[in-house]
Amino acid sequence: MSVETGQTPAVAVSHLRAGYNGNAALDDVTFTVEKGCLAGLVGPNGSGKSTLLQVIMGLKKPWSGEVEVSGRKVKVGHSSIGYAPQAELVDWSFPVTVLDVVIMGRYGKIGLVRRPGEVDREIALHSLERVNMAEFRERRVGELSGGQQRRVLIARALAQETDLLLLDEPLAGLDAAAQHDLLRLLEDLRKEDRTLFVATHDLSCVASDFDHAVLLNRRVVAFGRPKDVFTAELLSEAFERHLLVLPGGERTLVGP
Amino acid sequence: MTEVVDTLREPWTFEFMQRALIVAVVIGVVSAVVGSFVILKGMAFIGDALPHASFGGVAIAFVLGANLQLGAAVAAILVALAIGFIGNRGTIRYDTAIGIMFIAGFALGLLVVSRQDGYVVDLFSFVFGNVLGVSWTDVWITVGLGGLVLAVVGLFYKELLFTAYDPSMAAASGLPVNAARYGLLILIAITVVIALQVMGIVLVLAMLVAPPATAQLLTRRLPAMMALGAVFGVVSAVVGLYAAWYADVSASASIVLTATALFALAFLFSPQNGLLRQAHKWEPDRSTEGAAGDA
Repeated sequence: MSVETGQTPAVAVSHLRAGYNGNAALDDVTFTVEKGCLAGLVGPNGSGKSTLLQVIMGLKKPWSGEVEVSGRKVKVGHSSIGYAPQAELVDWSFPVTVLDVVIMGRYGKIGLVRRPGEVDREIALHSLERVNMAEFRERRVGELSGGQQRRVLIARALAQETDLLLLDEPLAGLDAAAQHDLLRLLEDLRKEDRTLFVATHDLSCVASDFDHAVLLNRRVVAFGRPKDVFTAELLSEAFERHLLVLPGGERTLVGP
Repeated sequence: MTEVVDTLREPWTFEFMQRALIVAVVIGVVSAVVGSFVILKGMAFIGDALPHASFGGVAIAFVLGANLQLGAAVAAILVALAIGFIGNRGTIRYDTAIGIMFIAGFALGLLVVSRQDGYVVDLFSFVFGNVLGVSWTDVWITVGLGGLVLAVVGLFYKELLFTAYDPSMAAASGLPVNAARYGLLILIAITVVIALQVMGIVLVLAMLVAPPATAQLLTRRLPAMMALGAVFGVVSAVVGLYAAWYADVSASASIVLTATALFALAFLFSPQNGLLRQAHKWEPDRSTEGAAGDA
């Protein structure tokens, strides 16, 4: 089912099992994300999406199975992965500015004790420009709207300057215009040969704009091209309820 | 005019007041810097727990005839590490771990003291604080440890900030998150111990919490919050010592009440976050918005 390109995949997960306190959140998960593609990770609440992202980043040890990023096993803290967490998990009341937060994306590369320099500042500013947030750089993060907060988190992931970006629910809570802008940014990034692996609840976006989809519910129900993955049977299997798939020319709509 | 100057100068002509001033100023600065992390991470309970727990160490040091401050330091650091260790396991919540450890430390202190005959003055100066009784040795220890805490925060500011703000992202970036977390607990423990002799077990928490909380209402970024918090800490210390000198009241209580008064002022009048400003926002702003037309 995977698309053979002969290249080392950006992410290769095989027979992964992981969980909390003896309860498996992921069971025999196997899939690959090819380099330079925009891949969606979809599944119902509690299907193990966030756990999977944590394992890929090396933040959580799997019980068994293997995870390779660009052909190398992941190690905690030596990650070459850009990451934007769910906005709900970030403390927005903290007294830091937008620029402060984006510069944090550089901290892993700076080394202990040393301070971010002019180069780091420039990279952070450039990342902010890419998400159209440069004019807000001196704002306190608590003063931003939900959509702006998500863009700041993506800018921080960009400032990490990695080929692989993991984005956890970047589309959640955005209005249609903001969602459109964000999708255009994701496509631009893909054109620069970056790989994007995006956990999302927005099946319609994945169906119409993404190259790949991984359909997860503790195990991989299906992965491949969205049109192959988002069939009525596979979706119903993953979501354990009936979902309506409306294929229509350019856009495919998926809904309950 | 000279009368005013004399009034202001008089307390500091006495050496014990000079010592008190140096120690109180150092404590004001260090507590505000470390306390900024304490309030941002919602760790005030730890700030209350460590001084109480250190009473166990003080009591044991007293019985052994060892240095009381050393006893307090050992106990505070051990309890801080134990809280971090138990809380990190994930099965027991942090505040539960704190609740268990700090009462245990305090109870140990009471147990030891209950075997002593009569009223143990030295011990009780730790409970209520005794800023006017510090020796030059105490002063140098305070200055040395306080400088050490500030130097560590300065050196590892980046690591402390990132770990406090977004620990999982910091870990993914390869920062030593656990070292930063335990390091912060140890910094809090040391700060508490140097503040103990002046503020006493019960009042230490106020210096960790009130000045940085006041500064938080008036600043936008963490470095500014620390700096302004330090200013409020120093102002509280100086005003408190004047009150102690001229009104013959408890120095530590005056310092705390000054810090509280500053907080109350900021809470009411802060330009961005003040209660009055927020009440004001509801009505006149709307009409001026319409009139100005450019909002």
